[in-house]
Amino acid sequence: MARPVNSPWLNRFALLTAMATLALIALGGLVTSHEAGMAVPDWPNSYNYNIFLFPISKWVGGVLYEHTHRLLATVVGTLVVALTRWSCGRNACKPLIVTGLLELMAGFGLLHFYPAFSGAGYFLSGIGGVVLLAGMIWFRNQPASPPMQRLAWLAFALVQIQGLLGGLRVVLHNDSIGIFHAALAQSFFVLLCAIALGTSSWWMNLPSAIAPITDDHRVRQLLLVATFLIFGQLVLGATMRHQHAGLAIPDFPLAYHKIWPPMDADSVTLYNQQRVDAADANPITAFQIGLQMAHRLMALLIFCSVVLCAWYTRRYLGARHVLAKFSLAWTGLIFLQIMLGAVTIWTNKAADIATAHVVVGALSLANGALLTIVSFRVLISPRVAVQTPTTSAPLPVLSGQPATRTK
Amino acid sequence: MNSRFLIVPTLVAGLQAAAGADITGTVTLSGTPPPNPTADTSSAPACSAVHPDAFVLPIYAVGANHELKDVVVYLKGVTGKSTGASAPPLILDQKGCEYIPYVTAVQTGQKIMVRNSDPATVPMHNVDVTPTVEGNKPFNKAQMTGASDIEASFSVAENFIRFKCDVHPWMFSYVTVIDSPYFAVSDKDGHFKISNVPPGKYTVEALHRKAGKVDKEVEVKDADVKLDFTVEVPAAK
Repeated sequence: MARPVNSPWLNRFALLTAMATLALIALGGLVTSHEAGMAVPDWPNSYNYNIFLFPISKWVGGVLYEHTHRLLATVVGTLVVALTRWSCGRNACKPLIVTGLLELMAGFGLLHFYPAFSGAGYFLSGIGGVVLLAGMIWFRNQPASPPMQRLAWLAFALVQIQGLLGGLRVVLHNDSIGIFHAALAQSFFVLLCAIALGTSSWWMNLPSAIAPITDDHRVRQLLLVATFLIFGQLVLGATMRHQHAGLAIPDFPLAYHKIWPPMDADSVTLYNQQRVDAADANPITAFQIGLQMAHRLMALLIFCSVVLCAWYTRRYLGARHVLAKFSLAWTGLIFLQIMLGAVTIWTNKAADIATAHVVVGALSLANGALLTIVSFRVLISPRVAVQTPTTSAPLPVLSGQPATRTK
Repeated sequence: MNSRFLIVPTLVAGLQAAAGADITGTVTLSGTPPPNPTADTSSAPACSAVHPDAFVLPIYAVGANHELKDVVVYLKGVTGKSTGASAPPLILDQKGCEYIPYVTAVQTGQKIMVRNSDPATVPMHNVDVTPTVEGNKPFNKAQMTGASDIEASFSVAENFIRFKCDVHPWMFSYVTVIDSPYFAVSDKDGHFKISNVPPGKYTVEALHRKAGKVDKEVEVKDADVKLDFTVEVPAAK
């Protein structure tokens, strides 16, 4: 069996897949910013055309955003299937062939026996064909490290679930699925970034480049908490977007000219009477106002936690430590994100600004997640350090490469 | 044709007319509404061509003397009287990249025919309908240029069910569903007329999608009734 190795080209390909996913998130942001999620009522077809044969002349208005989002989704899906095949080497062939055949059978079964689910049937048979093809392609390459293989298989499963969720959100006319679709997109992007990191030579050389330090000040936990806070914030944001109610609070930093806006029934009625916009969003409710206030407070909390991360890493690890540098960059990202949030309100949710807010949100989450992963590689738990004082703790191995330790 | 066969329906019609009176009136708006927004049609050049000037959405359609258009006026609490099944269908037309009419009302069970009268330069619309009351089903259907009408009807009373085109995100229409034939929608002069209301005491409600509602009590006998409404938009705090 070939020795697992993370080739530089695999790393570049993983990076490409992650970037394509970020672009897909941006297009998804444009879809919701333009309230175009339902502009193409059928799925996976577009106005009864095969998705790849839909005439460009019909890509107008909201269709432009929704259709291109779907097209890019197929590209990302194909890239992830290829990434799985590449990461897992020849070992992936058999599982891919079996999965592809099962999906083809399930797809044709739905088309034949349950025409009401024809959308899912076409989707499964389409992706099943791609998976089958990937499994049948003869291409000899060395597999990546076992952890990378596992992450690739996870991405393989998630990308298909994500595609299915996107389609079901349309055909079932269900906003809750849209929220889940958005949250999963962010998690999926983090996963691909982790694969890109784990296949990089930088990651493999990290143990020899940076001397391990005992994490006496719970830096790892702090990074982890800040990252989870950001994820929670993104879910809050997705919930707000998928209410289709526009801006529940039209001013910032105050809210309806107050620090905390009145949310009684009469006040909400008055807010709705005064809201007129071309997108004619749904009437707002007290819940949605509360949601936006929670989003604002959470932003403040995240900013404080990320500043704390930057301060902690700088103080305890030194300004030149990789964690300190990236924590500082993270603070910049969060500051930019808060500014974009404010401008989103000041421009009455201009689509390009609101979309930039989504993209920087995804980057902030990925930055936090990667920082956390790196911190668990270069910092050692005090408990482990005490147990093995002379040889120090074994480093966590994500790449599968034997880690070397510098004195 | 035997004249006796003509006499009977004429008598019935006469009795029906005698049994009901009309409620007529005018709806006006007090207060200053926020300015109506302008649609950005740049994403659909064919629609921009139809509306070379600013396309202002008629959310508050107020006349020179504060007459308020698009107010649904109906007998509140009168239910189970729908004749929607036999009523002529309502045509909801997509023409010039806008829905016509913008606000209307139907009876429960009455057919609504959604039409696409736009030319081929506007390749398609989608009809995205999102009722919120249980029993009324949402749907989202494609409607290419020249396609046949899309038929809809709603079995439960609901205010302002939204019909939306997501291809052209400024295109809306609002349909209120009422469980009786006793309703009207105010015209550009704010006028409305509810016909053939049987004698009795009623609460009449004037309902504007944004401005809100006003109720008035009225007793209908054998003569027509005049009833005016003033809907108020409070100033923003």
